[in-house]
Amino acid sequence: MNGSAAPAGARASDRRSRANAFAARARRDFPALQQEVGGKPLVYLDNAASTQKPDAVIEAIAHYYRNDHANVHRGMHELARRATEAYEGARRKVARFLGAADPAEVVWTRGTTEAINLVASAWSHTFLGEGDEIVLSTQEHHSNLVPWQLAAARAGARLRYLELDDEGRLRLDRLPELLSPRTRMVALSHVSNALGTVNPVAEIAEQVHAAGALLLVDGAQGAPHLPIDVAALGCDFYAASGHKMCGPTGIGALWARRELLEQMEPYQGGGEMISVVERDYSTWADVPHKFEAGTPNVAGAVGMGAAADYLTGIGHAALAEHERTVLEYALDRLAAVDGIRLFGPPADERCGVVSFLLDRAHAHDVATILDADGVAVRAGHHCAQLVMKHFGVPATSRASFYLYNDTEDVDRLVEGLDRVKAIFG
Amino acid sequence: MTEIALSSLYQQLILEHYRKPRNKGVLPGATVEVHMANPVCGDEIRLHLQLDGEERVQAATFIGQGCSISQASVSMMTVRLKGKTLDEALALAARFTEMMHGSREAARDRKLGELRALQGVSKFPVRIKCALLGFDALQEAAKRVRSQADGPAGG
Repeated sequence: MNGSAAPAGARASDRRSRANAFAARARRDFPALQQEVGGKPLVYLDNAASTQKPDAVIEAIAHYYRNDHANVHRGMHELARRATEAYEGARRKVARFLGAADPAEVVWTRGTTEAINLVASAWSHTFLGEGDEIVLSTQEHHSNLVPWQLAAARAGARLRYLELDDEGRLRLDRLPELLSPRTRMVALSHVSNALGTVNPVAEIAEQVHAAGALLLVDGAQGAPHLPIDVAALGCDFYAASGHKMCGPTGIGALWARRELLEQMEPYQGGGEMISVVERDYSTWADVPHKFEAGTPNVAGAVGMGAAADYLTGIGHAALAEHERTVLEYALDRLAAVDGIRLFGPPADERCGVVSFLLDRAHAHDVATILDADGVAVRAGHHCAQLVMKHFGVPATSRASFYLYNDTEDVDRLVEGLDRVKAIFG
Repeated sequence: MTEIALSSLYQQLILEHYRKPRNKGVLPGATVEVHMANPVCGDEIRLHLQLDGEERVQAATFIGQGCSISQASVSMMTVRLKGKTLDEALALAARFTEMMHGSREAARDRKLGELRALQGVSKFPVRIKCALLGFDALQEAAKRVRSQADGPAGG
């Protein structure tokens, strides 16, 4: 620290230069970003849907298939040993990434959706009864709504909803009145996929536990962007997807406290998940394998482990600072666009997601015209129809940023919007 | 996508129908009313048809919300439907669908009228469903009218 403060404008421009240098270094790691779309360098702003993959992840998967592939566990030969080590080694990496002390608390799934379905099915089987209550919010992705609707219908339980405020924050002032002696589970997102809102999980966890309920966190948008420490968050379940954090599709992880996993019934039956099979009954393997029936997605696990290593190498603090700089720049520039409506809270309460509408052009037309300029955004309800209903809109356009996006990408987005206005007036 | 494809997608005629849709509103005394939505994108329309005894469209209106392509397409469709029999309307839907799937011959067919302005959509596969939303409603409407005419489905 020195006493002579630089003018705010200069500081902001320094931060932007640093962010752009950071993104330029990261972009070199991502082969898919080295291409043109519509005759211009691709600007990929659809990261909340899925991120691109660095060479480190692609190579880890290729290396596994080229050298080490066999079915995992129980094999008596060299490749089975290597495949098992790669699979369980990846579990240790993802456990570390999530701040979990015990890798046995990490269950591999197909993604966040399956992780939540696993809990909604296996946990509810034993612990959810008629008249019990589950608290959700209208901010949730459908993957954290529909599994609970199914579970509640099976058990005769009741769903209650935490509403949002005008900027898309959870109305936490209403939480105490929603929590009742019948509340068994509270399931909330860490970060809203449609708005980018970051929810104060630790604060919520305290209230949920004081009410005697459990907290599941949908971390699909949290794990890619925020440092995750499940112990500090204080939740009971945390679900994440590989493909939203530089890893492959078809793989994800459920972290849960060991005693919960031990109390839960299996999710699916089959090979790998048993200890002894008799004619009329079986006994279960220890956690986490009790929840991993069938030959698992070993290559996917290896890829997600490599993605966790890659992001750890980048550093969560550096990533967060970078995303904040790009997000602030985007919010500033977009706010100045004539006829735009921006959704979501201020930059210091959100991740790099910006949902918006232009007053004359529909979100899909915006996305098509931006695509013609090589700018990839998403348009629609973002699998969050309750968020759209909250704001009274059918759809929004959404730009979402990651480590390889810079302020020039934001400029290209804004130029594209000028073009939309030229067409739609 | 190229510049040319984009400007052919957003022709003035399409934008004009989007801004000032024809036949927009409810139709009291409609013979049939069909709600059709695209769950992927949230576009939706409600199509109302009034038919006479010979299955001829006396009036066609719609209400709805969605992108320029879906709303302009259904607006143009309602204009085109007036005075057509249900069979002619279904033939129009078939012809329009061919144009969406890239048929140049269909795109030259004068029977499509203003709907030919939508031929550029065929170059944007993800938007074809938008252009077909109104015609999906039309086909569903025809199915309902005819199943009613046949009486309750039985044996």
